[in-house]
Amino acid sequence: MNKFLKNMTSGANLPRFIISSFFLLVCVMAVIVKIPFTTLMSDTLVRFAMNGVLVLAMVPSIQSGLGPNFALPIGIIAGLVGSVVSFEFGIAGFGGLWLAIAISIPLALIFGYLYGQMLNKVKGSELIVSTYTGFSIVSLMSIGWILMPLKHPEMTWPLGKGLRNIILLDNSFGKMLNDFFSWKYVRVAETGNLITFFNRTDKYISDLYPNNAAVVEFTIPTGLLIFFFLFCFVVFLFNRSKLGMEMRAAGDNPKFALASGINVDKMRVLGATLSTVIASIGIVVFSQSYGYLQLYQAPLFMAFPAIAAILIGGASTQKAKIFHVIIGTFLFQGLLTMSLPVANKLIVEGNLSEVLRMIIQNGVILYALTKVGGQE
Amino acid sequence: MKPTVTSQLKKFLIKNIVVIVFVVISILAFIASKQSLYFLMSQLLERISRNSFLVLSLLIPVMAGMGLNFSIIIGAMAGQAALIIVTNYQIAFWNGFGGIMLAMLIAVPMAAIFGILTGMLLNKTKGQEMIASMIVGFFANGIYQFIFLFAVGGLFTVRNKDLLLTSGVGLRNSITFTETLKFGLDFGGVTKVPFFNILMVVSVIIILVYLGLFFIKKKLTVKQKSGIVVSAAVLVFSALIMYTNIFPLQIRMLKSLTFPAVSGLFIALLCGFNMIIIKTKLGQDFRAVGQNQHIAAVSGINVNRVRIIAITISTILAAWGQIIFLQEIGVMNTFGSHVQIAQFSVAALLVGGATVSKATNNNAIVGVILFHTLFIVSPFAGKELFGDPQIGEFFRTFVAYGVIGLSLGLYAWKTLFTNKK
Repeated sequence: MNKFLKNMTSGANLPRFIISSFFLLVCVMAVIVKIPFTTLMSDTLVRFAMNGVLVLAMVPSIQSGLGPNFALPIGIIAGLVGSVVSFEFGIAGFGGLWLAIAISIPLALIFGYLYGQMLNKVKGSELIVSTYTGFSIVSLMSIGWILMPLKHPEMTWPLGKGLRNIILLDNSFGKMLNDFFSWKYVRVAETGNLITFFNRTDKYISDLYPNNAAVVEFTIPTGLLIFFFLFCFVVFLFNRSKLGMEMRAAGDNPKFALASGINVDKMRVLGATLSTVIASIGIVVFSQSYGYLQLYQAPLFMAFPAIAAILIGGASTQKAKIFHVIIGTFLFQGLLTMSLPVANKLIVEGNLSEVLRMIIQNGVILYALTKVGGQE
Repeated sequence: MKPTVTSQLKKFLIKNIVVIVFVVISILAFIASKQSLYFLMSQLLERISRNSFLVLSLLIPVMAGMGLNFSIIIGAMAGQAALIIVTNYQIAFWNGFGGIMLAMLIAVPMAAIFGILTGMLLNKTKGQEMIASMIVGFFANGIYQFIFLFAVGGLFTVRNKDLLLTSGVGLRNSITFTETLKFGLDFGGVTKVPFFNILMVVSVIIILVYLGLFFIKKKLTVKQKSGIVVSAAVLVFSALIMYTNIFPLQIRMLKSLTFPAVSGLFIALLCGFNMIIIKTKLGQDFRAVGQNQHIAAVSGINVNRVRIIAITISTILAAWGQIIFLQEIGVMNTFGSHVQIAQFSVAALLVGGATVSKATNNNAIVGVILFHTLFIVSPFAGKELFGDPQIGEFFRTFVAYGVIGLSLGLYAWKTLFTNKK
């Protein structure tokens, strides 16, 4: 037992231990300051699943020996391009969602392949080079959003050039996965009754009870959860396949892998490509749950929370499992969701939870970086 | 065999390819922007006097083999904290120049402590210093925000209530330095002198120094000779601008350009410091550690200590640099002024032709000139070419990030290549 405790609080597991203690503390405080706990848990569940796929993108990158994918924005850009093109066709519902993903994947394959090729040229400096590759692509694409020849009126500015900063997805594929087979527990204000809705949109409920006569208290985003776990399972299966084993071997010990006839460089390209493809699907899933597409500078820093999440789950810059993704995303997103209202109850002014996020997120990444060392 | 002119030219081109590319881009962007030379020059001189010190503060960690120090943002935060303290107390005697000096003094211990901590951290992340210094900057920014948004006014009392938000906790988003601190380093603008007068003085000094060398050693290197020629040309040109009317109006207007002399002196002193420190024992240690940590350790150098010293010096200099930067602007964006400092300074240094392992004063100054020329004209160029100034703005951020990414990537590639051999 003692050994187990020691194992759980040392090395790559330390952040998970600290963050879970902190998470429990915030949960207890939420109960003490009387914040409706069910709503918070419901938000946590949604945010966990919507961020999950982006965090999952870290797995192949770390496993193939590239370290966490700081160039996540490359995949995100591919996903966003797919989304705006799908939006242009104006297909509502699942058709739009699948089309967005279908367009994103080939783009991400090309980007990811090139990115992987580049990473093979800069072995040893992957982290900093990929960070700035991501930043550059986002700024370059900002020019791209202005010049993109798309015409849909809900996507472009009525006056002036280019796409909008934020594109509302209500009439497109917004919330498609979230509402699919979802359970919504709705409290009717007048009677205080709890009514259950199955497979209904928020709009349907607000039309039924206009003027906020009913509040959604708890949502189980079944479709979103299924999608996320299915995706986790696919990555898990890939890990068990021959190719997946080879890729992990190349990341674990490149020299040994090379000796046993594995083309390490090829495996690294594979890892980068897979990571980029998953990221491109991840941002489509994220955006449909968020309800908006965010263009221009929004993807700039999106890699950092995803990296922090998987590290909190217990991954290191060399080792990652699906389990780390699930536990880490839940803890990190849960903490962020919970801490906002709790912090606002304690200190009215300012955004304490945002500051907290910066400190936790970068602190966790720094901790992981101190474990990289030992090369010299 | 004597090197031919063409092979020498080729060598020169390869060596300075980055600078040449950016000179061409800057000139093209300037022409496209349709702005006057006077506008460009006046903006550029302001930015040179503001930013050079920060860029120069990056040199020593490069020398010590720690790459580009993205954590100068921590030094910048120390500088801002010092300025906040001085504004808070507004001590009667310490106004203007004195106030800035006091801020610089207060910044030293803070920056030194942060520098030592950063150095210790970077010693644990050897080989990944740059990404670690970047993340530690973000991390420190979180702590900075926590202190100045939630602790100030609550845990610490604040005398100057104008600094605080209406709720009494946390600092305002922007702090305007009173008349007294603004431009304090240049006595509120008193020592802003015509730019070409400064150029004349500097070129006379250079000529005199080289002539002095000539009388002592009886001979000069090619570099020194060309130095005399260039300085003489600058001297004549400046004198013609200041005292005659022979140039067309566009160039004659430049006469009224001014440059803050004391800030200029600070920049020159830092350049001198960077040159002198190489000659000292410490500077030799920096270089030894930068070249090969194993050999340095074997020859009895305490590698970790030397690296900590390098980062600490850089952090202190960055704190001063940020103070110089802010006193010239006169307004501090409490939670934003420091955020981009590292990116832009590093980008400027790289545009000037520096690499991860080699950076000189010249790289820094040339880089500031080129990078900020591009920065000034690109929104106008974007507007003229595409009818949208935003395109120019995105283009310049792309240049900033792109040049860093490309330069780091090329360096890593080259290292990998030489290691394989």
